[in-house]
Amino acid sequence: MNHVSIFVLNQDSAYDFYVNKLGFKVHTDAAMGPGMRWLTVCPPEQPGLEISLMAIADGMMFNKESAQQMRELVAKGTFGFGVFECNDLLATYEELKAKGVEFTKAPKKEFYGFEALFKDDSGNWFSLGEKEQK
Amino acid sequence: MAEEFPKIYLYHRIVQAKLFIDNNFAGNINLDAIADEAFFSKFHFIRLFKMAYGKTPHQYLTALRIEKAKLLLQTNTSVTDTCFAVGFESLSSFAGLFKRTTGTTPSLYQQQQKERQHAISKNPLQFIPNCFAENNGWTENRNFKEVL
Repeated sequence: MNHVSIFVLNQDSAYDFYVNKLGFKVHTDAAMGPGMRWLTVCPPEQPGLEISLMAIADGMMFNKESAQQMRELVAKGTFGFGVFECNDLLATYEELKAKGVEFTKAPKKEFYGFEALFKDDSGNWFSLGEKEQK
Repeated sequence: MAEEFPKIYLYHRIVQAKLFIDNNFAGNINLDAIADEAFFSKFHFIRLFKMAYGKTPHQYLTALRIEKAKLLLQTNTSVTDTCFAVGFESLSSFAGLFKRTTGTTPSLYQQQQKERQHAISKNPLQFIPNCFAENNGWTENRNFKEVL
């Protein structure tokens, strides 16, 4: 896979979250017309995986009603968009908490692995695991 | 989680040391002093830092400076200004390390980035998968320059 989308409420805020807090790198940031922007970021160790931070805007992929519904669903944390892995879960958990990232589950050893859950600035949630459990 | 509390306390100190490096990479960072501040022996500090981040503090600081240099070079900052702005004290050591890390010289990297930025602003559709562009109504005939 080389492209995947995450729907966000605000691209400026999402840029700050994914780049300045998670440490992702900007791949492409292109103005596409008034109020429209193609913004993709990559996890630092996966330069080939572009995550498109898609603004939920009516008139394009969504009609007005769908866009409003989508914004509400994202904001209330309906969507879990994936699993990230880090080198060390406790260190990453401490660092992201220090940067203001909201965790809905602290690191916990489960039968399937060591896991925490966090939310992005829009409300999308992710699992955070560890590459090799220590 | 009860058994994790002592471990989390150690992690908290290591993470604070890492964040200190993140915030002060441009200065003359003394890693010995950071180890002292975190109440670790130097050896213990290096071992724990590497366990958490996969790099020694020195390796991490160097890699961070190179990454920050790449960002500055993308903003038309000169190679010399970039070198000193990210904490290197010698242009030759910066250029050598930059090339070993990225495979290209700082000036060539800057030129490549400038050309890429120009290409993105001139024809952004080159950088967007077609299905995304079509779904968003971004067609070939659109005048992207209206917002530049």
